[in-house]
Parts: sequence; C-alpha cells; structure tokens
Amino acid sequence: MSFENKWGQDERLFEPIEKTGWGFRATVAILLVLVAWGATSYFRQVKYGLGVTGMAEPVSWGLYITNFVFFIGISHAGTLISAILRLSQAEWRRPITRMAEVITVAVLFIGAGYVLIDLGRPDRMLNVLLYGRYQSPLLWDATSISAYLTASTIYLYLPLIPDIAILRDRARKWNFIFRILSLGWQGTAKQQKVLNRAIAIMAVLVIPIAVSVHTVVSFVFSMTLQPGWHSTIFGPYFVVGAIFSGIAVLIIVMVVFRKAFRLEAYLKEIHFSNLGLLLLVMSLLWFYFTFAEYLTGFYGHEPEEMSVFWDKFRGQYAPHFWAMVTFNFVLPIIILGNRRTRTILGTLIASITISIGMWMERFLIIVPTLMNPRLEYSRGFYFPTLTEWSITIAGFALFLLFYVVFTKFFPIISAWEVKEGREEGLEEVDHRVRSYLPDYGN
Amino acid sequence: MPRWGMAIDLNKCTACQACVIACKAENNIPFVGPEETAKGRDITWMELISVHEGHYPDAKIKFFPRPCFHCDKPPCTKVCPVHATYKNPEGLVAQIFQRCIGCRFCMAACPYTVKYFNWYKYDIPDEMKNHYNPDVFVRPAGVVEKCTMCHHRLQKARDKARVEGRSLKPGEYIPACAETCPSNAIIFGDLDNSSSEVARLSRSSRAFRLHEELGTEPKVFYLTEEDRHVI
Repeated sequence: MSFENKWGQDERLFEPIEKTGWGFRATVAILLVLVAWGATSYFRQVKYGLGVTGMAEPVSWGLYITNFVFFIGISHAGTLISAILRLSQAEWRRPITRMAEVITVAVLFIGAGYVLIDLGRPDRMLNVLLYGRYQSPLLWDATSISAYLTASTIYLYLPLIPDIAILRDRARKWNFIFRILSLGWQGTAKQQKVLNRAIAIMAVLVIPIAVSVHTVVSFVFSMTLQPGWHSTIFGPYFVVGAIFSGIAVLIIVMVVFRKAFRLEAYLKEIHFSNLGLLLLVMSLLWFYFTFAEYLTGFYGHEPEEMSVFWDKFRGQYAPHFWAMVTFNFVLPIIILGNRRTRTILGTLIASITISIGMWMERFLIIVPTLMNPRLEYSRGFYFPTLTEWSITIAGFALFLLFYVVFTKFFPIISAWEVKEGREEGLEEVDHRVRSYLPDYGN
Repeated sequence: MPRWGMAIDLNKCTACQACVIACKAENNIPFVGPEETAKGRDITWMELISVHEGHYPDAKIKFFPRPCFHCDKPPCTKVCPVHATYKNPEGLVAQIFQRCIGCRFCMAACPYTVKYFNWYKYDIPDEMKNHYNPDVFVRPAGVVEKCTMCHHRLQKARDKARVEGRSLKPGEYIPACAETCPSNAIIFGDLDNSSSEVARLSRSSRAFRLHEELGTEPKVFYLTEEDRHVI
C-alpha cells in the first residue's frame, strides 16, 4: 500500500509544495525586491548613522521601536492561540494551528531585529552579553524573547514531524532534508503517544512564556517615570493588545492562503466566525483597558500627564488617536457584533482595520510621551524619513517571505491532524459529550 | 569620599550663557550645524532653559542654566543594558562612550531630558581643530553623551594632589561652567562637607531642585529668584 493513496482526500495540501506556479515566483520576486530595498536603506543608515532617520531630541525612539512592539505583539497570534485551542480540545482548531504557529516564529525574528536596527552601534551588540545588567528591562526582553523563540520553534516543529514523514515518503527532491527532520517517524502507536504528550507539554509551557514576553516589552516603557508610560496596567494592556492584533493578522493570513491555495474546503465560514467572535471579545477587552488607562490619567490631571493626554485627544495626534479608536473598536464592534456581517469578508475587513489600528496604538504609546517630556523646554517633532518607512515595509515583506517560503517546504495545514480529526476526532467528541451527560457512565 | 554637587543662584545668573560656551569648548562638544539644530539635534551639555510664566502684560521669563543633575537616585542608569552609564562612588553619573550600544533607553528614561545622542559623526570647525581638549574623549557616531561635571578635571586634580602627597583641597576641582560664570552664580563642591559653600547653599531656604517629587534626588540645587523691582 503506497502512502500516496492514503492522502488522496488531502492531496490539495501538498500541491503547493510539489508544484511551483507563476504566482509563487512573482510573490517571492516582489518580496525580495522590497527586502533588498530595505536592506539598502539599512546599510545607508549604518554607514552614515541614525541621523538618516527622523528621530531627534527628545523623540529618540520612533518607527523602529513601534515595529518592534507591533511584531512581538502579533507573535502572540500563533503559539498562544494554537496552544489554548489545543488544550481546550477545540476541534475546529485543526486547520488553523500550523498557520498560527508559523506567524510566531517568523515575526519574533523580525521584531527582535528591529531593536538591533534601532541601535546606534550595532557593532557593539555583543556588549549585552559581555556587560549585560539584569537591572535593565532590555535584558528581560532579550531573555523572554529568546525563550519564546526557542519554545515556539519546538512547538512548531513537533506537530510538523508526521507531516515531514509524509513528505519524506513522497518527495523526490530534497529528500535527505525530510529524512533527517522526520526523526524516523513511522506513525506507530508508541510514537504517536510520545508526540501527543510532547505537544501537550509544550502547549502548557508556551502560554506563560508568551504572556511574559509582551509583559516585559511593556516594562521597557512602564519602568520609566515618563508621563503616559509609568502605568501599572501596561503589562496586561500590552498582552491584550498583542493577542488582539495577533488574531487579526492570523485571520488575514488565513484568508490569503485560503484563496491562494484554494483551501475553501478546509477553512470554512465557521472558522472565521469563531475567530471573529474571539476578535470581538478582544476588541471589547482592548477598549476596556484603553478606557481605564486614559481615564485614570485624565482624572488625576497631573500637568505632565495631561500634555501627553491632550496631544492625543485633541492635539497633533488627535487624527491618529481617533482613527485608532475607530479601527480597533467602533468598526470591529459593528462588523463582528452582527451575525450577518461576521462573514469571511467581514472578519477580513475588521482584521485589516485592527492590524492598522494596533500598529497606530503602538506608535501612539511611544511617540507622544517622548514628545512631551516633563521639562517643557524641550518639545520636539517627529516625521519618519524614507529610510524608516523603507525598513518598516521591508520588515512586513520579510514576514511574508518567510511565510511563503515555509509553505514551499511544508504543508500549511497540518495534514495528519486533519486526518486524525476525521478518523478519531468524531468518535472522541461523541464520547466526550456523552461523558458530560447524566444518563451515561464513564 | 566627597559627594559632588552644584548650587546655581538664579538671583546672580544674568543668562549670559558663558557657561554654555565654556562647556562646549571644554568638552569637545561638536557643532551640529544649523540644519541639524533645526531638527532638534543640537548637543548642549549645559543648556540655558527658559520658562515662560503668565500672559502679556504680566508675562515673565525665567532662565535656568541646566547641566546634568547627577541624581543620587538616577532613573537613567537603572535601565542601561550594558553598564555604559552608572553612578560612580562620588555620586557623579558617568558615561562610558566606548561601551554604549546606542539603544537610547537612558534618554527615554531621563525625566530631565539631559542626554544627547550623536545622530551623525559630528565635527568641530577646522579653525578650532587645534583647540581640542586632549583630556576629553571625542565621541563617535551612535553613542549617548551628557554632562560629566568635567570629570577629567577631577582626575587631573587628584593626580596632582597624589604626586604632591596631599589630599584634594576644596576648590581644586570645579567644572568649566562654574569656573567661567562671571557673576559667580554657579557654586561647585562637596555636598557632604558641611562647611563647604555648596553644602551651605543647598540647605538654604531658597534652595529647590527640579521635580523633587520624582524622588530622583538631583545634586544640582537652584536658589530661587527673588522678585526685584526694577525702576
């Protein structure tokens, strides 16, 4: 019996790996051009100094740090959501988990990369290891992010093993890579048991690490005394925003690959509706945190706090601020709160506005505070330059490039898990529901 | 061990900015040029800041010479990931230019915005190249810098005292701004030596520090300006 026949039903999942269309080539080419353009801008920055950016006194952090917070934020899409869905045995997770996990691994590299791009002396980067001081929140970030990167790479890899084994048995090209990576997987009952155990352990482990990551990212700001930053709710506020933006980016990715790889049979209306509900809940939570954060500042009415506050509410950042509220709260609530508009198109639109809104939120946390320091003699302005925009766009392009290249080597939907759902899930759920009822024994 | 500090008498200060220029010359502070200054990248370790009060016709401007305050509880040193800024045993908040990675976290954390970044490799005009102060490190692009209270002068004075086999005398080490001030508004010395002038002024009923409520405990004291009626 050949392996191939067994996958007849899910043959579509392997198609993008084995056939290379013009769409793939064109996408990779465009993304490579954008990344190369960003790299050129970065080399220019290294050559001349950070003066090529729009940063100055007192706005000494700008787009790079915004991107850092944003990308580390969307990393929560993946591993965290996938882990929660796995642990809660949500059966509809099966076609989603892999897509989510890849986001995490891809964006963590990029997010961390933006801190390095922001350094005035990237050549002295290793001083962090040589002279590192644990008093600095930047070291907490480095620790937490590298732990998260390690854990989520393992968590991506483990459920990939059976799929790699399938590819090993099918693939003609690159076979040796799949042979090494599949770790001798034969699909025996014992192997399956060990794998399920390992996945469960990683799922539990990854959740606290993920929460710690965006908490310590927020600590970079909240540990200072600056108005608008020095807030005790920043940790949970950032984590909520991270999960919020993460789900939004996940939905966008799902819609794109559903269309590109013709996965309509796998990613159904119900998946988007369920994720849309999750997004709706996160939108409400985000609004609750934002409301609590700004009302506290406003009610206390400290002058330093208020100059940042008014800058956002009716000053130069008012258009951005109210656009953010519209994108993150008003539009998503209208679209996702209504069953008739919570369609694939509806969740896609809400996800796009949320992604933009959350990026603006990160920007609005960083820049207006720096622009309004306590001593009012130093007021500044900040207009990002072409270099900064180029490097920002290159970051997004690099994220997509990672993703597209990943889909060239591995199935973007976990084939064995879908199969498991088909063969065992139905029975298991039936049994589980029965066990909840009073008339059935265990 | 002395605890170096400064008192600035705003009654005596004429806002002439001699301290600003003396500081620039002493510490090899680069000229960033008009375009960069317009962007807000001017580097001035000692800066004359103006505070506007009231509205016309009762408007008032108050001037403060502002060095780094060398806080006893500095918020900037805590956040440095590589120990490139730290408080030394004599209370001076020092910078290690050769170690700084340029993350600018200390700039974001300083509530007084006294830290400056070298956005480019800035230079001084050719005419002045012969007047570099050989005692002060010339900063490369990409590092943070700020007032060091002319720490190099302390090193020199201490070396001299050691060679002569005696201890440092009061007044032997003072920064360039205090030395230059024509109206003697800037007094520098050891805050822990209760007989020094700076210690006496820091206890004056006129003494205050900026944003004392933050608990940063700056070691630069201002003596309030008393209202004078000019005829």
